Amino acid sequence: MPNDELLKEITEQEYKYGFVAPIEQEFAPKGLNEDIIRFIWEKKKEPPFMLEWRLKAFRYWKSMQEPHWAKVEYPPIDYQDIYYYAAPKKLKEKPKSLDEVDPEILRTFEKLGIPLREQEILAGVAVDAVLDSVSVATTFKEKLEELGIIFCSINEAIRNHPDLVQKYLGSVVPYTDNFFAALNSAVFSDGSFVYVPKGVRCPMELSTYFRINASETGQFERTLIIADEGSYVSYLEGCTAPIRDENQLHAAVVELIALKDAEIKYSTVQNWYPGDKEGRGGIYNFVTKRGICLGENSKISWTQVETGSAITWKYPSCILKGDNSVGEFYSIAITNNYQQADTGTKMIHLGKNTRSRIVSKGIAAGRSNNSYRGLVQISKKAVGARNYSQCDSLLIGDKCGAHTFPYIEVNNSNSIVEHEATTSKISDEILFYCNQRGISKEDAIGLIVNGFSREVLNQLPMEFAVEAQKLLSVSLEGSVG
Amino acid sequence: MELLKINNLKVAIEDKLIIKGLNLTINLGEVHAIMGPNGTGKSTLANVLAGKPGYDVLEGEIIFMGKNLLEMEPEERAREGIFLAFQYPVEIPGVTNANFMKTAVNEIRKYRQLEPLDAFDFLQLMKERAALVGLDASYLQRNVNEGFSGGEKKRNEIFQLAMLEPKLAILDETDSGLDIDALKIVANGVNSLRSPERSFLVITHYQRLLNYLTPDFVHVMYDGRIVLSGTKELALELESKGYDWLRNGNNGSK
Repeated sequence: MPNDELLKEITEQEYKYGFVAPIEQEFAPKGLNEDIIRFIWEKKKEPPFMLEWRLKAFRYWKSMQEPHWAKVEYPPIDYQDIYYYAAPKKLKEKPKSLDEVDPEILRTFEKLGIPLREQEILAGVAVDAVLDSVSVATTFKEKLEELGIIFCSINEAIRNHPDLVQKYLGSVVPYTDNFFAALNSAVFSDGSFVYVPKGVRCPMELSTYFRINASETGQFERTLIIADEGSYVSYLEGCTAPIRDENQLHAAVVELIALKDAEIKYSTVQNWYPGDKEGRGGIYNFVTKRGICLGENSKISWTQVETGSAITWKYPSCILKGDNSVGEFYSIAITNNYQQADTGTKMIHLGKNTRSRIVSKGIAAGRSNNSYRGLVQISKKAVGARNYSQCDSLLIGDKCGAHTFPYIEVNNSNSIVEHEATTSKISDEILFYCNQRGISKEDAIGLIVNGFSREVLNQLPMEFAVEAQKLLSVSLEGSVG
Repeated sequence: MELLKINNLKVAIEDKLIIKGLNLTINLGEVHAIMGPNGTGKSTLANVLAGKPGYDVLEGEIIFMGKNLLEMEPEERAREGIFLAFQYPVEIPGVTNANFMKTAVNEIRKYRQLEPLDAFDFLQLMKERAALVGLDASYLQRNVNEGFSGGEKKRNEIFQLAMLEPKLAILDETDSGLDIDALKIVANGVNSLRSPERSFLVITHYQRLLNYLTPDFVHVMYDGRIVLSGTKELALELESKGYDWLRNGNNGSK
């Protein structure tokens, strides 16, 4: 699509995913206690080891304090005033085929531009759709099964592949890791699971689409991806939520495991409802994402486009344990109006000759605050390790803030760590210069933002790059007077 | 044909009157130079013509090709054919010269109801016009003005002028900060763009640019007004007598 049409289309729309679908929901009572956890466990028909694990996590969580070290501000969250489980009422069992799915649910996802009917799906993308607490449909399942690839909801995986789940769940992000990870471990109700067997290159993009629909509900999804030796998988998640006045909590955990010679590419386009222009409502996006390069020569690459949420608190990280393993983090975080984002990554170098690359682009407009926080840690044994970090900030207007908090710890003497940072501003002078060449303000901002973000956008699969490019401009709508 | 007509223009910045009743008519194909000491309102005039925010037009009118210029947004003026070569060109992060020019050219073509140029034609045009001002093709892939020297920035302004083919090109102190070689390159670029279909308004503090770029008319601006108008000989006279000559009461029109 030509740039100008694209921009015209997007500059004329508000948050277009803000509708509420009339889907009847079944809720667990509000609040959190051991009975609620048992309720979720029963609803999910999980094996006993899961109840034990969830209760341990819950008891541990009760002993913890909510963290406040991030550069974000919000009123205290009342954890007893949240529904921890909401499911579409008509969905007693996950449907075997799409014909059994409530048409209202299919319509909801269609409205979001995620048609679940397989013949309508973008060629080569398999989708798992998660509405509030449950997975409602997974497409292309059979085709993937032929290759031995397991792509299903985590709930199905717990029941059908308990050995894999028990071995890897919590192995990268233990429930003791942090406050929100502990909470998630106790109450998570669904999410996606991927296992790619030895030597298999997954032939299509795997994608999960998360949607919060019910009011006053928290979403706690759990994603677990295992790439066995020599395999490859590219996975994408997308997220939206209705426009509501209240703040809703989203505390997800994602764990990636790459064995010897395996590669996982994980892309996120996060577009949770960001709140209105005065900062009312919006999603609190408190997420723990971490991958481990367990085997030699393995690679994990995170790409994220963060445009939504009232608050984003998220650090997709890599533990580079295998020798010669590679970690990458490509990020664009946009904040407008009163949004706050504190995001970045951790690259933990444990193996020899491990390499990592960080490219972070923060764009702040309105009265928003945008922080990059990152840790590059090189252990004593990680000889020959290399890191390159680049953190660029772009400010639009003079009421927003961009902050960079890079932490570097190097514990041996023959590793190389490089860090570059820039800050630029789209000033009135730049906008006037563009105007004087016949380019409108909106188009000028689109041009600059897309140019600024190009390096990261190039990392996304093609279809999503176009979608992400549109999102960038929508998010900045109204950012100049 | 009358391209631009300014009648009794009065402009203030934050309540301070800068332009105090200015009249000027430019016909199509003419080259006008405006000279004058610093702080007399020359750059203010350039900015007001281009529509830069922050200036209050208190009185008067500006008619450009029969239309009321003061009612138009800056980008509309640009699309109508007004080009300002900036005194201090800004750097644009993340946007290559090529991409910037492509967007600008096609916006202007769209306004004139022309089809956008395809990639091949556009590239051809860019190379050809870049050569006019001796700008190496590698500059086109660099971000707009980022890391450019002062001379390169000014050459880039003339390159953009060549790309956008305006009706009225305003050069705001394009010669300032240029050594003699750079000045020649810029002047040659401008000379090659002179045409019966294009007018120039050249704002300069010194006469030396006018050695290379022969104007049809020279105006002297002093204290917010045009106080003297004449032909290129006026520039030479001014050069020899200095601006103090104006302060000593010689402010009648020739």
